[in-house]
Amino acid sequence: MNIIELKNITKVYDMGAAQQVAALQGVDLVIGKNEYVAIMGPSGSGKSTLMNIIGCLDTPTSGQYLFNGVNVSEMDDNNLARIRNKEIGFVFQTFNLLARSDSLHNVELPLIYAGISSTERKERARRTLEHVGLGDRGHHKPNELSGGQRQRVAVARALVTNPSIILADEPTGNLDSRTGEEIMGLFEDLHSQGNTIILVTHEAEIAEHAHRVVRVRDGKVESDDVIPEAKRKRYAVKRAS
Amino acid sequence: MYFWNEVKEGLIIAFRAIRTNKVRSVLTTLGIVIGIVSVTLMATAIEGVNRAFDKSAAAFGPDVMYIEKWPWVSNEDWSTFRNRPDLKVEYADRIERQATLLNAVAPVMNTRRSLKYADKQMEMALITGTTASYISASGNSEIDGRFFSEEEATGGRPVCVIGAVVAENLFPTEDPIGKTIRVAGFPYTVLGVFEKQGGLFGQFTSDTRVFIPIHSFQSNFGGRRYVMVQVRASSMSVLEDAKIEVEGIMRSLRKAQPGMPSDFSINQQELLTQTFGPISLVISAIGLFITSLSLFVGGIGIMNIMFVSVTERTKEIGIRKAIGAKRRTILLQFLVEAAALCLIGGIIGLMFAFPLSLIVDKVLPTAMPISVVFIAIAISLTVGVVSGFLPAYRAAKMDPVEALRYE
Ligand SMILES: Nc1ncnc2c1ncn2[C@@H]1O[C@H](COP(=O)(O)OP(=O)(O)OP(=O)(O)O)[C@@H](O)[C@H]1O
Ligand SMILES: [Mg+2]
Repeated sequence: MNIIELKNITKVYDMGAAQQVAALQGVDLVIGKNEYVAIMGPSGSGKSTLMNIIGCLDTPTSGQYLFNGVNVSEMDDNNLARIRNKEIGFVFQTFNLLARSDSLHNVELPLIYAGISSTERKERARRTLEHVGLGDRGHHKPNELSGGQRQRVAVARALVTNPSIILADEPTGNLDSRTGEEIMGLFEDLHSQGNTIILVTHEAEIAEHAHRVVRVRDGKVESDDVIPEAKRKRYAVKRAS
Repeated sequence: MYFWNEVKEGLIIAFRAIRTNKVRSVLTTLGIVIGIVSVTLMATAIEGVNRAFDKSAAAFGPDVMYIEKWPWVSNEDWSTFRNRPDLKVEYADRIERQATLLNAVAPVMNTRRSLKYADKQMEMALITGTTASYISASGNSEIDGRFFSEEEATGGRPVCVIGAVVAENLFPTEDPIGKTIRVAGFPYTVLGVFEKQGGLFGQFTSDTRVFIPIHSFQSNFGGRRYVMVQVRASSMSVLEDAKIEVEGIMRSLRKAQPGMPSDFSINQQELLTQTFGPISLVISAIGLFITSLSLFVGGIGIMNIMFVSVTERTKEIGIRKAIGAKRRTILLQFLVEAAALCLIGGIIGLMFAFPLSLIVDKVLPTAMPISVVFIAIAISLTVGVVSGFLPAYRAAKMDPVEALRYE
């Protein structure tokens, strides 16, 4: 069963005055359940644009996007919001946490939009924070946390709704390599629990965790390779358990 | 259920935003506070005017009819009434004898004279000559002491009953009953004092009047004067029939041919309320409209600050959308914030308006109508929702990717 099927997807930004930027120029990509895909490519090649389309944050200019076999371009705002809420967990390079809310509230937020009761929300947020190793940081605001801790809060927020896919756009871009490895360890766990993971990175070391590497250049898929088992990198740093 | 969750979450977000921008929130809310204060005070003042009017109208008595040469209110040319014959004092007796639906009939004549008691004086008081029936033929009957009797009236005794204001002026420290005042030099002994009536039509109430027996009035101040016959129906339920009866008796007294218009007028309190009711309604509407302009300005202030708030929180909106907030959810969040700001303003406004209304009450007896409290709260909520709508709509339709990119 394919979760994501992109057929000849293009994305053109109108800059006015007859100036256009073609960020994606016909992307075909199929991603199945429980895959672990790294998207790589030079800066400006369209990786983030592609991720935003996959994550239903953005809509393609043309082409067809089937999510779990359903045509996304025919969905209205309510359905797209529901997919972003329930099916997709997004992790951003810049964390994108609510600055004025503490970790617990940040993690709780997707559950509010999912219409889950307050007591269950609090309990699930607490458990998920514990799961990423931040059980004791529930009442800290983002500016009271380190970069790695912030990204772990963001991962917890992505996980809390039990989404089928985790999308991560350069999740380690703002972290040192050690902290980056810790985050990759979380993704590895998630993958082994059956989640589908798609992450954008330009660091070869990070990409080595994945089972498949898609290279993008000038808005097109340049190569799409499966990494043999032997070459895969395993999570190296011992997690504090 | 889901909707209330969203409202609750919206409220939490709203109060957090209001707390982080205290000064700004206070200044914005001030517009609504001023608006609500002026609208509620205007409503309170209108209530006061209406009360004064009702009270004044009540002084005429709802079941009392005043048979006169002139109508109180008319659209017709006054010259059509000028040629009518004057009423005569004897009509009162004739009506009393024939009528079956009346409680009492009293002729009334008026003049203005100065009053004197010891060193106290009162210029141009209204002197009314009437019979003992007056007390049962008029709407006001609360007397300290008593009205003059049939014998005193027909015997032309020099006795009088005075209004509350007359009593205050001539007898600031003494009990007037039993004292003798001078009406244009003629002595009259005070038998009773009417209770204070107040109201707008001061001269029609008993307050500034002196009532004396009609025979004494005619001999001291002359008999060729404007005569009015005051009659009171035996009950409110027969008022209409009583009016028809009185009209019939009067027409036969005047020997009016069938089909000819009556050459007299039967005036009633109802005429006044019917005439001035719509006028006071128009004045109220204009007053409320003008004061609600200030509320409108307050609403614009709210709209302005909500636009600022939406722009400032673009990134937050992007985040919320990225993790599953619907357009409707974002719209609701900002609507709730605007409504909460206005509601707080409205409540603060009411807290200021209430003590101010007590001050108004000193000048013009009134009370802030309880309905005003609910209306003010409803209005401030509405202002919040209306002025918050455009900013909230802008937030709701933001593109999530662009909002996330906003710095
Ligand atoms: N909102 C926009 N308006 C106009 N052009 C845009 C917009 N967003 C992206 N682009 C253009 O689309 C192209 C692809 O951008 P994208 O952000 O997808 O690159 P990227 O591969 O993620 O790069 P990086 O590795 O630097 O993050 C770029 O040339 C960029 O200038
Ligand atoms: Mg990018």
